[in-house]
Parts: sequence; C-alpha cells; structure tokens
Amino acid sequence: MSSFLLELSYLIGSITFVVGLKKLSHPETARQGNLLAAAGMGLAILGTILFHEHNGERIGNIGLIALAVGIGTVAGWMMAMRVKMTGMPQMVSLFNGMGGACAAIISIVEYHTHPDGAAGYLLVVFLGLVIGSISFSGSMVAFGKLDEKIKDFSAKWLTVFNLLLLGVIIVVLATATMSPITFGPSVLWILLALSLLYGVLFVMPIGGADMPVVISLLNSLTGMAAAFGGFLYDNQVMLTGGILVGSAGTILTVLMCKAMNRSLLNVIIGSFGGASGGAAAAKGDQTVKEINLTDTAILCSYASKVCIVPGYGLAVAQAQHICHDLEKQLEAKGVEVYYAIHPVAGRMPGHMNVLLAEADVPYPKLVEMEDANSMMSSTDVAIIVGANDVVNPSAEDDPSSPIYGMPVIKVWDAKNIIVMKRSMRSGYAGIENPLFFHAKTKMLFGDAKDTLQKLVGEVKMM
Amino acid sequence: MDALASFFLENQDMVYIVILSIFLGIEVISNVPAILHTPLMSGANAIHGVVIIGAIIVMGHAQSDDYLALTLGFLAVVLGTLNVVGGFVVTNRMLEMFKKKK
Repeated sequence: MSSFLLELSYLIGSITFVVGLKKLSHPETARQGNLLAAAGMGLAILGTILFHEHNGERIGNIGLIALAVGIGTVAGWMMAMRVKMTGMPQMVSLFNGMGGACAAIISIVEYHTHPDGAAGYLLVVFLGLVIGSISFSGSMVAFGKLDEKIKDFSAKWLTVFNLLLLGVIIVVLATATMSPITFGPSVLWILLALSLLYGVLFVMPIGGADMPVVISLLNSLTGMAAAFGGFLYDNQVMLTGGILVGSAGTILTVLMCKAMNRSLLNVIIGSFGGASGGAAAAKGDQTVKEINLTDTAILCSYASKVCIVPGYGLAVAQAQHICHDLEKQLEAKGVEVYYAIHPVAGRMPGHMNVLLAEADVPYPKLVEMEDANSMMSSTDVAIIVGANDVVNPSAEDDPSSPIYGMPVIKVWDAKNIIVMKRSMRSGYAGIENPLFFHAKTKMLFGDAKDTLQKLVGEVKMM
Repeated sequence: MDALASFFLENQDMVYIVILSIFLGIEVISNVPAILHTPLMSGANAIHGVVIIGAIIVMGHAQSDDYLALTLGFLAVVLGTLNVVGGFVVTNRMLEMFKKKK
C-alpha cells in the first residue's frame, strides 16, 4: 500500500509539473500554474518522506531531514521575500546553483556508499556530478557578475583552454565509467575539481548582455542533473521534472538567443564585452546636445504620441512608479503614451515587464519591440530612461560593432529623442552608443528617479 | 560496452520517459510571450528543485555512523529546499505583479 501511495504522489507531482509549466506560459494562468507546481512538489516530497522504501527499509534520520528542510524553507523564504525586483536575475541564478550543488552532492554520497557499481550506474553518477558541479560554480559566477561583484575576464587562450578542459572532463568520465580501475576511487574528486573549474571559466568571459542566456542554459543543465538523479533512484518524478526543465530550458535559451539575433555557439565561444571598447572610441570629438527639464516638459505635453523606452537604469533607480506617474500626467493632457519593451531590456527577458507591472502600468501599454518599431515613425517624442544597448543604432549600421545584427528599438525614427542618463558611461555591454550624438537626440542628465520626479512636476504645471 | 547496453535494456521504460518528456517540454514552452520569459525561467528553476527528493533518499538511507553521508546529505537537503522554496516564492512574487493589471 505504501509503495502505491508513493507512486501515486509521484504521478500527481509529475502531472502538476507539466500542467503548471503549461499554465506558466499564459499571462492569465501563470500564477495558478506556479502554485499548482509548488503543491505537486510538496506532495512528492511528503510522499518520499512518509512512504519511500529501499530494500524494505523506510526513510530514517527523519529528525535531521525535518531540520534541514526547516532551515532551507526559512532561509529560502526570507531570501525570496527580501530580494528587490531588480535583483531577481541574481536570485534565480543563486537558487539554480543550489539545485546544481544538491545534485552534485547526491552523486558524491552515492559513489561514497557504492563505489563498485555497474558501468551504467557509474555513468549516471558521474554525469550527475559533472553537470551539477558545472551548474553550481557557473551559477555562482553568474550571480557575482550580475551583482557586479565579479568583473568580466576574457582572453583568446581561455576559449581554447575551456574546450580542452571540457575534452579532458569527457575523457576522464568515459575512462572512469568503462574501466573503474584506471583512476581508482579518487576519480570522483578529480571530476569534481575539473567540473567546478570548468563552470567558473565557462561563465567568466561571457559578457554582461549575454548573462540571461547563460542563466537559462545553466537552468536547463540543473534540470538534466536532477534527471540523472531520477535515473539513479528509478524515480519518475525526478526524471520527468528534471527532463521537462532541461528541454524547456533549452528552448527558452534558444528563444532568448533569437531575440538577440545570436547563435548559442556564438554566445558561448565568441564572448564579447571587455575587449570591444576600442571599436567606437574614435568618435570622441562629437558633442552632445543637452536639454533642460522645462523644455522636455513642453515637448512632451504638446506631443500627440510619446514612447517611453525603459532600460535597466530605470530599474536600478527604482523609478518605475514615477515613470507611471509621468505617463498618467501626460495621458491627462491627451497625450498618447506607450512603452516600447525590448525583449532583453533589463537583465533578463521579460524583466522590464515584471518591473513595470509592479508599478501598475496597464498591460496593453507595454508594446513589444516589433510593434513599437512600426509605431515609431508616428511618434513625436521617444524618451529613453536608463536604456542603452537596446537603442544602439550600431546594431543596424556598423558591422564592426559587437552587437551588430541584434534587433534594436529604432527610436531614431521618432521625431524627437530624449535620453535620460546619469552620465556618458557606456551600457552594460560596454559599447559606445552613437545615438547620443544623433541629430535628433537631446540628453537630459541626472538620476532617473530624480529627473522623472521633477519632470512630472513640470508637466503638471503646464 | 556490454554493460552500457544492458543498462539501456534494464532502463528502457526510463529512456522512453526521457524522450517523451523532452518533446513535452518543447511543446509546453513554445509560443510563450516574451513578457513571461523571466517568470517561466524562475518557475522552471523551482521545478528542477525536485532533485531534493534524491537528497532526502540519500539522507534517509544513510547509516547512522556514516558521518560523511550524513553531513553531505544534510547539506544537500538544505540546498535542495532553498532551491524549491526560494524558486516558487520568487516566481509567485513576480507573478503577483501581473495579477492586478486591469
């Protein structure tokens, strides 16, 4: 009876994962889907603790398990509730790393207790270890980078070295599976060390703008590591959950690459970022035009259509609420306002939508890039708030630019461009932006929140 | 090679589950609007926290004098729980913001 209940809890768990994931991909049902998957997960965990048997033995050490779950729940809950919306990508990366580490540790303990299994068993244990460790160390580096604690580091030799390292890992893994005597039991630690190193070196050179793609990739890796755990224990819920995330994560990764017009291989091998600063540095003699608040307010208030292009700068300054205020003030004056959302604005695809939704911006006002571009020529003023790379014309007309070919929001089709920016610093991808020197562009320097606040005041007085 | 072949034969139904789940994952995700990419990634992130079940099994069957297994198992359960709870709570927080849009 108990094994029936266990399998039943796993079956229900697996179904909730599939249905939950499906619901998560529609705006109306997304929240429901998340709660459903969470309930299914709870059920599967409870089922395991109550009913799991191995060679007739029930789960022991219940007290310790309960303590560990308790610690994890409290810590996870606090971290998730405290993180600011801008810090969300780091948080996802951090949690992803935890899952990877968990998978790697399972493999270590399994190998420690049964070091003399069959080849198939060893293969699954080693793959779980390698993929879990890569996912863990890679996620930690991604976390550090997004949190701006770790700087980009790239060099030509690193690409070659990484490929070699990956080759070595595969060879060691294959040898250890086929003839376990070659390395002896210490192979576990060799594989662990090599994989952790690979994870670090693999994420290290990848430029900031590509970070979302990497997190999504690491996410699907952890899914695979979980699936190997499912193989290990003949556990269907781990298998379906892990594989689902693995394949869905891979598709999501490809979708993100498409949004940036880059291939996955290009992201992983042809890292851009640090090395590209020199490309546009020669344009130093160009001057920018500044505009003051009053003129900006006049320009916007008498326009018939205004487009706001938000970027990560808006999020950092926590200015999404004031941005919404500005939108309401302008609407009150009969100005049509819409937001042009680049698919990778912010630090993750859809990040900007989350932030603006937080500020109660109505859903239909968020216009996706392609539609925004066709509306741009009838737009009087495009206000760029803290965005940079996603409005860079180099992506269209400068083949030497590292972001050449990436689809961008063509703000230069609008009649006037106002760029709100703190300073002339280049964007997250570290690339010079010729838009700032464009004939239509006027710069409004200052902190996004502060400037928007004052602008709202000026518009009110019009 | 024989060992691998027999492993495949023994786990044939698992292999089928894997193949079908891959297609299912692809099918479920396609046509997702860009605005949901972040919550979806976060939700998927929470789902692979299912690895915690493996950690519980490891911990639950560790001998009480095997301190390495107990310590690492404990750590694995804590990390797995972090992944699950943190992942679902973060996703829920993101999606809460979409709720009151109209």
